[in-house]
Amino acid sequence: MELFSNLALGLATAASPWNLLFCLIGVLLGTLVGVLPGIGATATIAMLLPITFQLEPVSSLIMLAGIYYGAQYGGSTTAILINMPGESSSAVTALDGYQMARRGKAGSALAIAALGSFFAGTVSTFLVALFAPPLTSIALQFGAAEYFSLMVVGLVSSIALAHGSIVKALGMVVLGLLLGLVGTDIYSGTPRFTFGIREYSDGLNFVAVAVGVFGIAEILRNLETEKTRELLMAKVGGLFPSREDLRAMIAPMLRGTAIGSALGILPGGGAILAAFASYTVEKRVSKTPDEFGRGAVAGVAGPESANNAGAQTSFIPMLTLGIPANPVMALMIGAMIIQGIVPGPNVATEQPALFWGIIASMWIGNLMLVILNLPLIGLWVKLLTVPYYVLFPIIMAFCSIGVYSVNGNAYDLYAVAFFGLIGYVLAKLRCEPAPLLLGFVLGPLLEENLRRAMIISRGDPSVFVTRPISAILLLLALAVLVVVFLPSVRKKRDEVFVEED
Amino acid sequence: MKSVSIDPANGAAGALFIAIGAVFAFQAFGLELGTTFRMGPGYFPLVLALILIFLGCIVLVQATRVQGEPIGAFAWRGMLLILPAPIIFGLTVRGLGFVPALFLAALIAAFASTRMRPLMAIVLAAAVTLFSTLVFIKALGLPFRLFGPWLGY
Repeated sequence: MELFSNLALGLATAASPWNLLFCLIGVLLGTLVGVLPGIGATATIAMLLPITFQLEPVSSLIMLAGIYYGAQYGGSTTAILINMPGESSSAVTALDGYQMARRGKAGSALAIAALGSFFAGTVSTFLVALFAPPLTSIALQFGAAEYFSLMVVGLVSSIALAHGSIVKALGMVVLGLLLGLVGTDIYSGTPRFTFGIREYSDGLNFVAVAVGVFGIAEILRNLETEKTRELLMAKVGGLFPSREDLRAMIAPMLRGTAIGSALGILPGGGAILAAFASYTVEKRVSKTPDEFGRGAVAGVAGPESANNAGAQTSFIPMLTLGIPANPVMALMIGAMIIQGIVPGPNVATEQPALFWGIIASMWIGNLMLVILNLPLIGLWVKLLTVPYYVLFPIIMAFCSIGVYSVNGNAYDLYAVAFFGLIGYVLAKLRCEPAPLLLGFVLGPLLEENLRRAMIISRGDPSVFVTRPISAILLLLALAVLVVVFLPSVRKKRDEVFVEED
Repeated sequence: MKSVSIDPANGAAGALFIAIGAVFAFQAFGLELGTTFRMGPGYFPLVLALILIFLGCIVLVQATRVQGEPIGAFAWRGMLLILPAPIIFGLTVRGLGFVPALFLAALIAAFASTRMRPLMAIVLAAAVTLFSTLVFIKALGLPFRLFGPWLGY
């Protein structure tokens, strides 16, 4: 079987001592970040990107991936223990996990979350291994029109997971696309929107925008209300879930894995949406829906499996098409480009060790998280007592170093401050940053493929609907738009997001 | 009919979209637009800017219909001290060098919290600087000058 020889190659790559070490560093850093509030995985990966320049491409991507799912794991730990999701995707876990902790079942809640995540991680790793190669061969037939339509699908679905007004989310996508166009026009060499600043002629630095919009804006929001974090810490006892709990988690875990795997592949979807969807489904199929919100095992097992599965399968569009499903994947693409790898369908054939190494490392990373983190929970809990005013000067220092060392360009640091301000103001106006960042990454690609498609078709825009794959993708985008604007779905969506607050 | 009242957050968001869209549209007109066959550098940005203005108008209209929560307090002290930190690092990292620039940036950022005491801030900034120098420069070998020409090095 080719699948197994590929996986064996991947395991051999990922299990080399160096790569194991970087995977370990990645998951530990990720968990740390997930546990500490006020700094998400996106900002951390952006900050740590420069560190990985010195590493081999495989090691650096393995480490970055480790940070990503480690953060998710750490986020659910705090969600359960102190009702504070460290990552937005674990917001759902807090609903029932914290209630379980209050009823003295903190240990089982943590173990259920860990086991659910591990199971989902294992299954979705195989899914990635199974589906990536055929998708790659489809992707090789993609022309400019198909790429354009695919990106439209991604941008449209990214608004589905934004909170609040859909029109504002669309506005953020467009704003992101515009910001992505700053710099030199690829066809004519004309500088655009640089306001005469030569340092921006290569475009705004992606890391700077990500750190500003996600990292700095988040710090400012935290500084608004400097409350003492209440340390209503539940005691962690009895890590092993009872037999009933184990039995109760199997079905939600399976459903969560399926939902998460499916939603993770959608560009713009991913872990957050998967967790919400799984929670809604579990509540619907449960025989005791009243239990939800009061410590239902299914309310922890389902969403936790779903968000991990979604996190994993969101690598599929990144690895096969070179298209990011979420801001973290956008950073991974940035890391690949810096390492001299052009993300896209050719990665699997040209760099099989890298491609399969990353896939295998996901499974190894998940295993590490289960083995390491259950005993380390005491340490993470202790970290929660570090006061915030000590944390953010450290974050600011690392942000500055990280952004500056990408290009050694001081103007990138000014951009950080500017986008920190913009991100904060937009957040105050209840506009979501994630669609903006996705638009920013896809902006230049979208324009390039649009212009190329139009040149190939000699100015005939019907090329987007006459080519079958492109037409299907555009129909899909249209369907997503129609669905999010349907009154009933809007209401449902509002309810789901209200629960998060 | 009730008197027109505007939801502050949505009103401001709509106005911001329109303003940013207008800036981009204005700039895009200065670029060559081209045709749909051979799009010039200004074509795609102009279309996007017009869409942004259009969306801004919708948000603005919606703002007059539904009242949301108020915007809430701004973190003025945070903005005043956090945002300059990377700028100061950028201005001084070449001249003063890595160590003093980072120390300054961390020190300024530290005062963004009302709880920070001066001594604590200095200790924290020094610790961050020491740690970063060891990790980023000594261990990872990032190419920074520890002390710059402004200090006579």
